[in-house]
Amino acid sequence: MNKILKKIEFSSIVTCFVVDAPAVANSCRAGHFVIVRTGEKGERIPLTIANSDKATGSIWLIIQRAGVSTNKLCDLNEGDYITDLVGPLGKSTEVKNFGTVVCACGGVGAAPMLPIAKALKKAGNRIIVILAARNKELIILEDQFREFADEVIVYTDDGSYGTKGLVTNGVEAIIKREKVDKVEAIGPAIMMKFVSLLTKDYNIPTEVSLNTIMVDGTGMCGACRITVDGQTKFVCVDGPEFDGHKVDFDEMLMRQNYKQEAK
Amino acid sequence: MNRQSQATTVPNNNNSWRKELKQQLSGKERTSIPRVKMHEVAPNIRNKSYEEVNKGLTIEEAMLEAKRCLDCPNPGCVKGCPVGIDIPKFIKNIEIGQILDAAKVLKETSALPAVCGRVCPQEKQCEALCIHKKMKKEPVAIGYLERFAADYERESGNISVPEVSKPNNIKIAVAGSGPAGLSFAGDMAKYGYDVTVFEALHEIGGVLKYGIPEFRLPNAVIDVEIETLKKIGVKFVTNCIIGKTISIAQLKEEGYRAIFVASGAGLPNFMGIKGENYNGVMSSNEYLTRINLMGAARDKDSDTNVLSGKVVAVIGGGNTAMDSVRTALRVGAERAMIVYRRSEGEMPARLEEIKHAKEEGVEFLVLHNPIEYIADEKGRVKQMLLQRMELGEPDAAGRRKPIPIEGDVVAVDVDTVVVAIGVSPNPLIPSSVEGLQMSKWHTVVVDEETMQSSIPMIFAGGDIVRGGATVILAMGDGRRAAGAMHQKILKGEI
Repeated sequence: MNKILKKIEFSSIVTCFVVDAPAVANSCRAGHFVIVRTGEKGERIPLTIANSDKATGSIWLIIQRAGVSTNKLCDLNEGDYITDLVGPLGKSTEVKNFGTVVCACGGVGAAPMLPIAKALKKAGNRIIVILAARNKELIILEDQFREFADEVIVYTDDGSYGTKGLVTNGVEAIIKREKVDKVEAIGPAIMMKFVSLLTKDYNIPTEVSLNTIMVDGTGMCGACRITVDGQTKFVCVDGPEFDGHKVDFDEMLMRQNYKQEAK
Repeated sequence: MNRQSQATTVPNNNNSWRKELKQQLSGKERTSIPRVKMHEVAPNIRNKSYEEVNKGLTIEEAMLEAKRCLDCPNPGCVKGCPVGIDIPKFIKNIEIGQILDAAKVLKETSALPAVCGRVCPQEKQCEALCIHKKMKKEPVAIGYLERFAADYERESGNISVPEVSKPNNIKIAVAGSGPAGLSFAGDMAKYGYDVTVFEALHEIGGVLKYGIPEFRLPNAVIDVEIETLKKIGVKFVTNCIIGKTISIAQLKEEGYRAIFVASGAGLPNFMGIKGENYNGVMSSNEYLTRINLMGAARDKDSDTNVLSGKVVAVIGGGNTAMDSVRTALRVGAERAMIVYRRSEGEMPARLEEIKHAKEEGVEFLVLHNPIEYIADEKGRVKQMLLQRMELGEPDAAGRRKPIPIEGDVVAVDVDTVVVAIGVSPNPLIPSSVEGLQMSKWHTVVVDEETMQSSIPMIFAGGDIVRGGATVILAMGDGRRAAGAMHQKILKGEI
């Protein structure tokens, strides 16, 4: 188990692993995540499941190099094993026919979005995908989304690919163009905050998938806690998806300072 | 549910050697021997080290302490032990120097003697019912002797493996590898079942690994006891959550006849006060897991980190609070304090832990209750506001209720707060099983005698049934569940 069957370098900083994990592949649904640990001294980090295949018993994990643990993981090669992998964790996405759904992805947020968008498409929704990132290097999974989405639009901050601009520019352009019934936003906390602020003005229901610091991922420690509608919630068991209009993003951004301060 | 098990009373052994031994010393001579004192590492040394604080007994001390036991014909101590260890039998074996035999007696009923000898609150269990107490003397140091026998066996390199019945090829699943699960698994393996324990974390042991620190319970001690379980055929699967990774329906399909749910009370309680989500405020589960299980702040190669500052306040008065505050000193706190809303007399922690904490330099702010945390501009906690309390009338349970003294609020500077005010049952498994009857406290409802749930093939025990309780009560549940499940399988009821 946990053998890396295939390693695909999406770019110099984004890696995709196809991992042998039959039990997880068998049980997971859109929105679920796993916790992995690399090496006996490794820390436990959450990663969303970007794709799963029951037939081959494998899942896709997409990792952006961002620090010690993600670097260790990205340095693994085909044939290596991930020391520990547990899941599927969290609540799965609410999948039903909402109408037109805009899926706004910031950077590697496209990875967790892929199964969600697929499931929503299958449930009869019209799916518009916005892939947005700092630059071309960070635009991933475009082909996979184009296979089923009704429309895929690309935005980069620096204009190196697609339209120059932020993800919020893309979301607003669509809202102004046609009726949108729901927005799914996944990416950095700051991006989800601004998408949520925008859609609130238009009164469009918005789901965000939060990527907080986690330790166990099973509700045991509360490291991932955030405030939603004035109540403390644990992202690992109550989420990772929440109503973006109710999440206290400023608190979430503040809690991400943990890494810089801890030793 | 908080009664101790109706441990089977062990008839006093009429072996000739026991009779002879009893006659060698009069009862008066035995009771006049002073109780042995445990050797400890000096407080100013141990509070900077993870070394185990209690050093154990020498063989001479253990044999002398064993002499104090009167080998009662109807021993109260056994009734006080949730797993019903034949206490006089193992102690008398120590008295005659047959330490390995003593260890074997322990293993007849306990899956983790070296653990229980260290962490059980013996003063409330076996030792509370020792005959010496009735004579106004200090009870026999049963816990020390249990630990001595288990340690002696482990260090002898001559570890006995309990006898196991012929395999019956009936598959049994266990959810959770904490004390309840391990105790259950050991007993079922002895009955001849094919037992697999599924654990969500990457390490076996539950709270014994992530919760109780090394200076109170070394991991090496736990691992040896887990090895013994493996030797009698218990299989372990880590990184697997029943109800998430694998469903109960799938387990049934794979031929598992019954399941014991021992997933614990791993859900930390918070107080819900202002500022509790600031950085530097965390649950004791998070704090201890990062340090104990993941090696943060104590293993320089560990990738896991922890926010642990110079001034650490731990909220609560239980064993977890003591573990957290003593850990804080060991990871470099200059000041570490307990903040407790009642007085010291009401603290649920073991007396020994409170004593150890004080010796190590922990400050005790009793009759203080946090009402708000204040942070710097980056969101890092820097101060707590504490409401001073006084004790009012006793409540229904007989504990005097803490009442705020109006207007008496003090501000104390802190940079780390560890909230250790208790845990609730982990909802992960119960929420994934349809039709499982739960109480309003989110515990699994079971028959108290058999530990069987509303679903016949599912039994449960430990903290998922009790809320936050003790290691040994969890082990007692595991033992009782195994006995009952075995009977029901024999009768064809499951």
